[in-house]
Amino acid sequence: MRITCPFCGERELGEFTYLGDAKPQRPAADAGEDAVYDYVYLRDNIAGVMDENWYHGGGCRSWLKVTRNTLTHEISSVEPAAGAGARQVAK
Amino acid sequence: MSSSQSHRLAAGGLIDRTAPLTFRFDGKSLSGFKGDTLASALVANGVKLVGRSFKYHRPRGILTAGSEEPNALVELRSGARREPNTRATTTELYDGLEAASQNRWPSLAFDVMSVNQLFAPIFVAGFYYKTFMWPAKFWEAVYEPAIRRAAGLGRAANIADPDHYDKAWAHCDVVIAGSGPAGLAAALAAGRSGARVILCEEDFAPGGRLLADGGTIEGLPAAEWLSRTLAELGAMPDVRIMTRTTLFGVYDGGTYGAIERVNDHVPSPPEHEVRQRLWRIVAKRCVVAAGSIERPIVFAGNDTPGVMMASAMRTYVKRYAATPAKRVALFTNNEDGWRTVEAALAAGLQIAAVIDARPDVSPAHRSLASKNGFTVLHGAVSGVDGGKDGVRKISVSLTGGARAEVEADGLAVSGGWNPTVGLTSYHRGRPKWRDDIAAFVPDGAPPGMVAAGAANGAFGLGACLREGFEAGAAAARDAGRGRGVGSLPVADDEAFALTPLWHVSGKGKAFVDQQHDVTASDVELAQREGFQSVEHLKRYTTLGMATDQGKTSNVAGLAIMAAVTGKSIPETGTTIYRPPYVPVAIGAFAGHHRDETFHATRLTPSHHWAAEQGAVFVDTGLWKRAQWYPRAGEKDWLESVTREVKAVRGGVGFCDVSTLGKIDVHGPDAGAFLDRVYINTFSNLAVGKARYGLMLREDGIVYDDGTTSRLAEDHYFLTTTTAKAGPVMQHLEFCRQVLFPKLDVQLTSVSDQWAQFSIAGPKTRDLLKELVDPAEDLSNEGFPFMGAREVRLRGGIKARLFRISFSGEMAFEISVPARHGEAMARNLMIAGKPFGVTPYGTEALGVMRIEKGHIAGPELSGTTTAADLGLGKMMSTKKDFIGRVMAGREALVAADRQVVVGIKPTDKTRRLRSGAHIIPKGEIPGPDNDQGYVTSVCFSPTLEQWIGLALVERGRERIGEIVHAHDPIRGEDYDVELCNPVFYDPDGGRQRG
Repeated sequence: MRITCPFCGERELGEFTYLGDAKPQRPAADAGEDAVYDYVYLRDNIAGVMDENWYHGGGCRSWLKVTRNTLTHEISSVEPAAGAGARQVAK
Repeated sequence: MSSSQSHRLAAGGLIDRTAPLTFRFDGKSLSGFKGDTLASALVANGVKLVGRSFKYHRPRGILTAGSEEPNALVELRSGARREPNTRATTTELYDGLEAASQNRWPSLAFDVMSVNQLFAPIFVAGFYYKTFMWPAKFWEAVYEPAIRRAAGLGRAANIADPDHYDKAWAHCDVVIAGSGPAGLAAALAAGRSGARVILCEEDFAPGGRLLADGGTIEGLPAAEWLSRTLAELGAMPDVRIMTRTTLFGVYDGGTYGAIERVNDHVPSPPEHEVRQRLWRIVAKRCVVAAGSIERPIVFAGNDTPGVMMASAMRTYVKRYAATPAKRVALFTNNEDGWRTVEAALAAGLQIAAVIDARPDVSPAHRSLASKNGFTVLHGAVSGVDGGKDGVRKISVSLTGGARAEVEADGLAVSGGWNPTVGLTSYHRGRPKWRDDIAAFVPDGAPPGMVAAGAANGAFGLGACLREGFEAGAAAARDAGRGRGVGSLPVADDEAFALTPLWHVSGKGKAFVDQQHDVTASDVELAQREGFQSVEHLKRYTTLGMATDQGKTSNVAGLAIMAAVTGKSIPETGTTIYRPPYVPVAIGAFAGHHRDETFHATRLTPSHHWAAEQGAVFVDTGLWKRAQWYPRAGEKDWLESVTREVKAVRGGVGFCDVSTLGKIDVHGPDAGAFLDRVYINTFSNLAVGKARYGLMLREDGIVYDDGTTSRLAEDHYFLTTTTAKAGPVMQHLEFCRQVLFPKLDVQLTSVSDQWAQFSIAGPKTRDLLKELVDPAEDLSNEGFPFMGAREVRLRGGIKARLFRISFSGEMAFEISVPARHGEAMARNLMIAGKPFGVTPYGTEALGVMRIEKGHIAGPELSGTTTAADLGLGKMMSTKKDFIGRVMAGREALVAADRQVVVGIKPTDKTRRLRSGAHIIPKGEIPGPDNDQGYVTSVCFSPTLEQWIGLALVERGRERIGEIVHAHDPIRGEDYDVELCNPVFYDPDGGRQRG
C-alpha cells in the first residue's frame, strides 16, 4: 500500500503506523464518563470507506487523516491533522 | 567430455556449441551446452526418467519446458546449498551443476516405494482423513512420519544457507511481465513514448515463444526482429530489461513483487554478490504479457515418461536442438499442436501418427501427412504402454468406436492453451470463460493492470504484437508520457481451431495433477462424496496445491468436475488465485534481515569505551546496554553487581542512560500541553527545576514515566523510558496534532542527540567539580535536589545537568552532545580516579531502584493504575489530562486492587524470583486465592538479602503480613513478608544531601 503524505509525497506503507478510526472526537473535560467510554472503546471497523488516523513516523512525523476503502485498500484522500505541519500563524 | 549427447541434433538451436558444460545427474557425468536448461540437457542426453511421483512413486519424465513443470523437480547443489523441488525446466545449465532426483530409494530406476502403487486404493482423495482417523494420538506418532517417508518431494538442506539475499526497490511508469512478442511490443510502444519501463523476463533469454516458434514479423524472421527490437530497447535509457526475473505478485497501490535469480546460474555466487534479489517495483501501470500455458489432456498413462506437452517438445527440438523422441505421435484437439509435427519433421524425426480429436483436419495437414507417410487418426489416446524407459505403444479410441495402436517413443499432447491469469487474479479478480478458445481469460485485474497477447487469450502472433503494442502505448499515456509510439510491428495470425477435450476415459490411472498424484477418478470420487465446490475439491484432493500450484492441472480438474456435476465450466468456476506465481525462497523475503543483522543494533555513545572495559552487554530492544563490568577474580555476575552497588552507595559511580527517550518541548503553550499529557502539573514548574511525571493511556492505565525539566519559560526537556521512547513520541505527536491542535507547541525528538550519564554516590559532587566549569555553583544551595539547568564544562562544551536520582543517592544526570559521549565516559574515569569512580551497568541500576522502591518496566505492565503504583496522589484534580476520566472507573479504583508493595523472604538466606504468585499463608494455592505476583527481585548488597517488589491485593494495608510465595514453574514455595517498598533511605535524605 502507498500513502501520499501531503508533506512528503507518495511513500510506502512501511513508513506509516496505523491507529484506527479517525471519527471519534475527544470529549470535552466535563462530558462525563459515558462519553469518554464511547470515545475510548466504541470504534467503527467498517468494511468499506472509512477515515483513519495514520502516523508518518518514518517521514515527517505528521498525523494524517486517511480515507481508505478497507475492502480494496483504495485511498481516496489524505489530509494532515489539524495540528500537523508548520504552525498556523493565525490561531 | 563425458557421455555423448545422443539426442542432440547436429545443428541448430539457440545453444552455444563452443561452450560445452559438464554436469552430474544422480552422480552420472553428462554434458550440455551454454544456453541449455537442465531439462534440455537431460533431453539431449536421452534421459527420460527424472523423478518419482509424490504418492505412488510412479516414474516421471519431463512434461513441459517452463516454470509450470509438475514432474521434473530435482535437488540442486549439495551441502548447505542443497535446494529441493527445483524445476529442471527453468534451471539454467552451468559447468559443474549437480542435480539429484527426488523421492526414490535406493535409486531412481529401482524405487522400492513404488510398491505404493499396489496400495493405490488407499491413496485416493481424502485418504488422510479416512484412513488414519483413529486412534487420534497415532497420527503424530505413527501415521504422519510413515506417510512423510513414503510420500514427498525433495529434502531441504539442514544447515544454514551460506548465501546472501538482497531486497531492492524500483520505480517506473510501466512494468511489463514477460518478453514474448506482446511484452516486447508493449515495451517498444511505452519506451518510444518516453515512459520509464521495466520489463521482467523469467527466462535467461528474452523472446518468449519466439525463441521456439519463430515466425515472421515485419517481413523479418522472428530471430532478426527480436535482435533488432532488443537493440532498440537497449538504446533507450529509461527501459530496463531484467532477465531471470519473475514478476510473482501484485500488491496494493501499484506495488509488484519480483524475484531476480542473480546467481542461480552459477555454482555459487561470486564474492560480495547475492544469490537472489527480491524486488519491490512501484509502477503506475502494469502490462501482463505472461503468455499462456499449454494444457494437457487427461488420459490413462498420461504421466508416462516420454509424454510431453506439444509446445514443450518443439521447444526442445527447435530452441535446444534436443530430441525427446525419435518417433513421435501427436495427440491434439487444436490447430496449434500441429506445429510440433512441422518442427519434428524439420528436425528429421519420424511422425508415428497424429491423433486429432476434432472431426476435421485441414487439407494442408492432410497433405503434410500423406507427403511424410504418417496417418491421421480421428479419436483420442486412451492408454499408454510404457514405463520408466519411456513410451512404447499408444492405444487410440477412434471416433466411431474402433481401436488402434500406434508405436512411438514419444507422445506430444496439446489440449489447447490457458492464458496465464495469476497476476490479474491476485486481487480476487475472477477470470471469465471464453467459449471460442475454451479457456479462462483475465477479468477484474487490479487497478492499473492490463493483460495483453496470449495472457489475454489472443494467441496469434499478430494479435500478440498488436495487443501488446496498444497496451504499452496506453500505459505510457496513462502514466503521462506522450511521445510518438511509431508503427506497430505487424505479423500474421495463425489459425487456432479447437474442439474442447479434457478427459478420455480408459483403463488405468489418468492424472490431472501430476505433482500431487491426483487422478481423474479422485476428482470423480470427490464429487460423489460431496466435495463439489472447486475450493472443496482442491482441499479434499490436494489438486493444485503442490509447488506448481496446478498451472497445468487446475483447469482440467474443474472441467472434469463440471462434467460429472453436469454444470458448465464457468458455473463451476475457479479457485482463488494467490501469489507468489512461482515458489520464492523465504531467504529472499528475509534478505539481509538474518542473524546479527536481523534488526538494527543501537549502540550507546559510550559503547566502545564500555567494550574496552570488558562490559557484558544485554539486548534491550534494539539497544546493547552494559549490564555489568566484570573484574578479574569475580566469580559471577552477582559478585560484580554487588561490588558496583556498594561502590555507588559508598563513593561514586556512573552509568550510561542515553537510551532513555528525550524530547524537547518548545513553545508558549509547552506547559499547558504537558499538563494535558501528564497526570501531574508542569505549567507551574519553575525554570531550572525538574519534576517526575507519570502519563496514562486514555483508558486510565499507566503508560510511561520519566522526569521533565524546565530549561526556559517556553522550553521543557522530557524523558521517557527506554522501551517507550518511540511510542511516547508518537503519542505526544498525536496529542499535539490531533487532540490539541490549537496549542502552540512543538516537539523534537533528541534521543540520539544527547549522551546522558547518571553519576551517583556521596562523592558525586567532588567528581563533577573536576569536569564542570569552576564558575558553576554545584552546592546544595546553588544546585538543589531536582534542579536542572544548562552548564558549561571545563573546555567550553555546553551540557545539561539535572539533579535527579534513580539510585537514591546524591546524584546528577548530565547530558552532553552525543558525539562527546565516549569522551565523557573516559573523562569521568580519569577525573573520578581519586574518588574510586566505578562504572555500573543496568543490573546495578536495577538493584538500586528496587532498594529505593522505584517502579520500572515490570511494574509499568500495562495493567497498573497510578494508585496501584502508589502514585495516585499525583493525579491532579484541577485539570483535564489524558486518561483522567477512565482512571476513575469503578474497577480501576476498587479497594482490592493489586498494588505495589515490598517483599522480603522470612528466611533471610533465601533467593527470590520474580513471577512467583502471592497466596495467603496457610492456603493451598489456586486461582481463587491468587492475590498477585512478584514483579522485580534483586539481591540487596545494602540489606545483605534478597528483596523484591510485588503487586499484591490490598498490599499497602497488609504491611507486616506474612504471605506465601508459590512458584509452580520452578517448583518453589516459601514465605515472604509484605513491607514498605522503599527499603533504603525511606526519608530520602541521601539524595537531597
